[in-house]
Amino acid sequence: MNPANYLILSALLFTIGAVGVLLRRNAIVVFMCVELMLNAANLTLVTFSRINGTLDGQIIAFFVMVVAAAEVVIGLAVILTIFRTRRSASVDDVNLLKY
Amino acid sequence: MNAAILVQAAGEFTRTSGGEAATFWVLAPVAVLAALGMVLARSAVHGALLLVVNLFCLAVFYLLQDAPFLGFVQIIVYTGAIMVLFLFVLMLVGVDSADSLVETLRGQRMAAIVLGAGFAGLLVFPIGGVISGTKAAGLAAANNGGNIQAIARLLFTDYVFAFEIVSALLIIAAVGAMILAHRERAGGKITQKEMLRRRFAAGGPVTPVPGPGVYARPQAADVTPALPPASDDPGHPGDSGDSAGGDADSPHPVGAGKGAAR
Repeated sequence: MNPANYLILSALLFTIGAVGVLLRRNAIVVFMCVELMLNAANLTLVTFSRINGTLDGQIIAFFVMVVAAAEVVIGLAVILTIFRTRRSASVDDVNLLKY
Repeated sequence: MNAAILVQAAGEFTRTSGGEAATFWVLAPVAVLAALGMVLARSAVHGALLLVVNLFCLAVFYLLQDAPFLGFVQIIVYTGAIMVLFLFVLMLVGVDSADSLVETLRGQRMAAIVLGAGFAGLLVFPIGGVISGTKAAGLAAANNGGNIQAIARLLFTDYVFAFEIVSALLIIAAVGAMILAHRERAGGKITQKEMLRRRFAAGGPVTPVPGPGVYARPQAADVTPALPPASDDPGHPGDSGDSAGGDADSPHPVGAGKGAAR
């Protein structure tokens, strides 16, 4: 099967994630959309690894997963901290620097 | 052992290209629909569950593309650990904190959709046109002797510095999460004395209330519980009339007996 199909699929998933980041107001859903974008990039890396016949793409995808795990931990802790002070998980309520 | 058999089975399945194509064309629409559903779902919990479906499809794609290690890591780390963390935080924040659908910037939603469609077109058509003729070199040579072994060999030789830096990153993330989630207590710790004072000040029962089906008010061991009476007071069956040794003639006034020591 042509590996380009995987690349097109991952482009679609990345776009859906990016549109979700722009559309949604709930910070946790925005965060899940970022995870979707990271995973789409991972699919691209794995596909390129297969096209090139080397394992470097898989190694980079593995590092992306590790960094994403660290990012999720910190990001969710930040969201919880904001929720404690504002009683809201909406990104629109964090606008103190706007004025 | 089972995992090895599973990996081998997945590999056998992959080599027959028709099987790979069939799996791809079944799971790719599922992945796209799950991603769309996650973006469009009103409730964040539904979004999280749809994201689990999507990540699972991606794990199958990794298995199809000769990356069994990444496929299983995807299932264990993403659908196992990270999504559970998301659900925990969703429950902490409150499931009912629904997304407000008010547009704070006018025209932002339309602009986002137009930009997204343009971006997808830009990614899919020109780049897809360039790469559509590519033939995969395949990982049969690189995976010779096992995918996990080959990845480990690369990880601990060429990428060993990146590996060390990532380990430092993980430790920093763990400490940072602890610092961020730590909350200073406002007004000091509540002592046991203070807790007791509050309980008595509130009135009502000071001892723990017996469980349903237990016909006694005090929980002391030396107070015989009453039999289930044909009561005219269904709320407190132990209270009624001449019950045998209920708390009506109990030697322990409420709050002074052994039950109050709890």
